[in-house]
Amino acid sequence: MAKAAESSGDPGTASPRPLFAGLSDISISQDIPVEGEITIPMRSHIREFDSSTLNESVQNTIMRDLKAVGKKFMHVLYPRKSNTLLRDWDLWGPLILCVTLALMLQRSSIDSEKDGGPQFAEVFVIVWFGAVTITLNSKLLGGNISFFQSLCVLGYCILPLTVAMLVCRLVLLAEPGPINFMVRFFVVIVMFAWSIVASTAFLADSQPPNRKALAIYPVFLFYFVISWMILTFTPQ
Amino acid sequence: MAAADELAFHEFEEASDLLAETPDAATTSGSNQLTPQGHVAVAVDSGGSYGAEEEVEESDRTALLQEEKQQPGFWTFGYYQSFFDVDTSQVLDRIRGSLLPRPGHNFVRHHLRNGPDLYGPFWICATLAFVLAITGNLTLVLAQRRDPSIHYSPQFHKVTVAGVTIYCYVWLVPLALWAFLRWRKGVRERMGPYTFLETVCVYGYSLFVFIPTVILWLIPVPWLQWLFGGLALALSAASLVFTLWPVVREDTRLVAAVLLSTVVLLHALLAVGCKTSRRRLQLEPTPPRNAQPKGPA
Repeated sequence: MAKAAESSGDPGTASPRPLFAGLSDISISQDIPVEGEITIPMRSHIREFDSSTLNESVQNTIMRDLKAVGKKFMHVLYPRKSNTLLRDWDLWGPLILCVTLALMLQRSSIDSEKDGGPQFAEVFVIVWFGAVTITLNSKLLGGNISFFQSLCVLGYCILPLTVAMLVCRLVLLAEPGPINFMVRFFVVIVMFAWSIVASTAFLADSQPPNRKALAIYPVFLFYFVISWMILTFTPQ
Repeated sequence: MAAADELAFHEFEEASDLLAETPDAATTSGSNQLTPQGHVAVAVDSGGSYGAEEEVEESDRTALLQEEKQQPGFWTFGYYQSFFDVDTSQVLDRIRGSLLPRPGHNFVRHHLRNGPDLYGPFWICATLAFVLAITGNLTLVLAQRRDPSIHYSPQFHKVTVAGVTIYCYVWLVPLALWAFLRWRKGVRERMGPYTFLETVCVYGYSLFVFIPTVILWLIPVPWLQWLFGGLALALSAASLVFTLWPVVREDTRLVAAVLLSTVVLLHALLAVGCKTSRRRLQLEPTPPRNAQPKGPA
């Protein structure tokens, strides 16, 4: 390389001098200060973290997972366009929420006729198969979100509806009447809107721009059906 | 030999040019829809061999299109992604096309344009199943308001029954129709049969008109309910008939009449089944789950 530089600066050529003037003064073979680091930064702190989780106490493990779940709950309750929910997905939160919802929604054993509310298994199946169907739909439409990330978001966004279920259960302890129904209706509507807003904030960016509505509509249907199950719940 | 080959090649080009014009004319505007068909009709009348070549060309073209669609194997994800290759505006346009059927307006050629999708049929059926169950529930609530002796219960299994019925209808009836049309393919000269997906698409989108109808059935005025039901059935069946008419037209009169009347009858059965499943809620609170004439299944 240095030789080529020197030969191009050869005074014997007829090319105009000013173009290559001073080129021979630059010594490429010497050390040119290179900016930046060439060495790969060792992720030693993460490796130590991974290897040490095997030796930590059970309480540490559980608390770490619970903190992650809690942090995601906060993200759902105050939806901002952040990537934390998408990047570090986990399915603990959706499982807890789904089991809680299904336990509260199932019909009691006294009501053994077929025309009652949903069974535990029905709610469970609706939530999980609904989430899987919506994820498949968004992937088939060309979204670039991964399968489990989408399941994670949809599952976590059931949190407002679970809160609505708890509130409805409490309200139903009071006497039945139109006011009772209006309160429950209002709470369910607000929580339904909250779920939709939260899940849209996370999912809408991953769709191609001219198919956003096609991907969001099944989410709307999913939460609508869950809201309907919550609203029509009557304790026997 | 070489001269004859060159002549044959030249005719080949002309025929393919004619056929290449046809999809272009279909994509520009609806008013030109009739002209390509007229054009094709003139060509057929002028020369028999020309017509035969065009028939071969069209079947080759559709076969090539189907081959192109099946290029990724059916075990890959990309194969199924090709069925969801629609935009929001396209889906809305197809829904509008099914709501307003017009006599010369073939749903498949004008709206689908050889690009059938599974998004519309799937989600329209899902929406219809859920809306049926929810409005059935609401009817019971409203009936209980008027007559407090009715025992209210959220009849959740209705969703399952409604869903299974509607999905069976949208898959099995187009399957039977497609198989029948392919079996009668030999009788037809001009128009190739629709692919299975296009038939499913037509049926799926034609069910869209029932969604607002089921919601409007909440109004507890009987003659209004029958009016809405009749209107929905008329729109939906008209959409189906106008789509099937060009294919069935060349068949014998008897076969055409039987086929169209069967299609309309099955559709009417579905509509009546939807209506009946909800009316039973008003008669008794816990309807016995014996057989209801809902659909062909």
